[in-house]
Amino acid sequence: MSGEEPTPVKRFARVLALLLAVRTLARTLAGREPPPPPAPESEYDPSQRTVPANRQAETVVAALLLVAALLGCGFVAIYVALQTNTQLLGLALGGMLVMLAAAAIIAGKLVVPQETQVEERGELLVEDEAEEVVETIEAGVEGISRRKLLAGAGGAAGAAAIAAAATPLASLGPRLRGIHDTPWHHGVRLVDEQGNPYPAGEIQVGTFYTALPEAGGSETFGAGVLLVRLLPDQIHLPAPRRAWAPEGIMAFSKICPHAGCAISLYRYPTYEQTSLSPAFTCPCHYSTFLPGDGGRVVFGPAGRPLPQLPLMIDDLGHVRAAGAFPEDIGPSWWDVHRGQS
Amino acid sequence: MLIAQGYDLYQSSCSSCHGIGLGGIAGVAPSLRGVGPGPVDFYLSTGRMPLENPREEPQRAAPLFSRGQINALIAYVSSFGGPPAPVANPAAGDLSVGFHQFTLHCAGCHQIVARGGLTLGAFVPDLVQASPQQVAEAIRMGPYVMPHFDYHQIDQHKLDSIARYVLWTRQPDNAGGWSIGNIGPIPEGMVAWFLALAAMVLVARLIGERLT
Repeated sequence: MSGEEPTPVKRFARVLALLLAVRTLARTLAGREPPPPPAPESEYDPSQRTVPANRQAETVVAALLLVAALLGCGFVAIYVALQTNTQLLGLALGGMLVMLAAAAIIAGKLVVPQETQVEERGELLVEDEAEEVVETIEAGVEGISRRKLLAGAGGAAGAAAIAAAATPLASLGPRLRGIHDTPWHHGVRLVDEQGNPYPAGEIQVGTFYTALPEAGGSETFGAGVLLVRLLPDQIHLPAPRRAWAPEGIMAFSKICPHAGCAISLYRYPTYEQTSLSPAFTCPCHYSTFLPGDGGRVVFGPAGRPLPQLPLMIDDLGHVRAAGAFPEDIGPSWWDVHRGQS
Repeated sequence: MLIAQGYDLYQSSCSSCHGIGLGGIAGVAPSLRGVGPGPVDFYLSTGRMPLENPREEPQRAAPLFSRGQINALIAYVSSFGGPPAPVANPAAGDLSVGFHQFTLHCAGCHQIVARGGLTLGAFVPDLVQASPQQVAEAIRMGPYVMPHFDYHQIDQHKLDSIARYVLWTRQPDNAGGWSIGNIGPIPEGMVAWFLALAAMVLVARLIGERLT
């Protein structure tokens, strides 16, 4: 690429400049418009104006409408005959809309009689009347001896009314049960997309795998998990989770706890001392999680760590789940941690 | 002979960071023992190495060494062992398979027509200049913070197909007729919005009139 090749930024700047030029042009054109009619002093009211019948304009409008109709029929014809030619379809539909708009503009300007009326608004605040109202209201409380009692009772009634109105919200439902369960339980084997188990010895450092539960179905909620292997000095799991990463192999929910996108980016440094630690990133909003720290969030809108699935290695050397997810997976809500001790 | 030339080049240009015996220097640069020819060719032929400051992200640049010098360095570093250089043959690949695999493994960072982007803490390079050989080397080794992909994830046919797709992205079909730099669906859509907005404001100004 030569140095003179315009970068996207330069191109964007050019587009901006073009837009500014268009704006300037529009302002110039507006400035050339004839000055507004004289102020309403005489019996001539400039806000009322009539357009005499204009046969020529009517013909033009009719012609534009007919062209629009033709283009609309053309759209149908192209759809039936060619189907996949989206460019022609768009041209026909867009052309029809432009013709309709042009017809409406010309009709509005030259065909339809126009009159504009202005209605004067009455005065909003008459001070004498306002004072009278205030006096009436103040007079209303005179002669009441137990104001506090009445105010308290009124407050109680109001609160009760609000509570009664809000109570039916509890009937909203049904309450979801499915989202608390995933196909992952103790002993479920991790398999790849073809259904082959993952031998622990083949899980490499520096790359990531997507695993599914054996016989769990790939469409089940929470089926997909991320599978990685880290070096011992990259793992800083909290004490209760020490056993969850046999041989440094770890699994995490593939569903981002922010908006539920599938986490598909993994960054693994060639040389960690001069760059960054291993991390998962969600492609939707760039929430970034550190697998070595148990899925801790280091960037982005995610509000909680990526749920980790405890793992074990069976006698055949295959990777299996050592239990269910300890918390709910998927996008977060207000009591997502319910049930956690 | 080639190895001797590579030894001289290594000692003068690489050893200050990677160590005199290729063992690496803690906190500065990793060991190069057993990396094989692939990474050496990738980093040198894309001009990412030598790096002035070892803490910087290696970026694509004009290669410092000639092809012959790179071959000598490959011969020297490979004499310490390592896997053979990966190869990609785009002609044997399938464009449709390549598109699917690229979407699956690469597009999240490199963007669907390989124009690059950002990830947390690193620039993602565009692949316009990447040769099929370099694509294969990057997939197998995972340069900088990119993960590597082994034969289970991307077999040789898929690798050939991805290389073919990357070549195709140099001049992708622009269905709309205007590429706007292939900067991605959201900014492209915003350009359309701004143009349409400007056009509509202009039309509104032309047909409207003000009552003072």
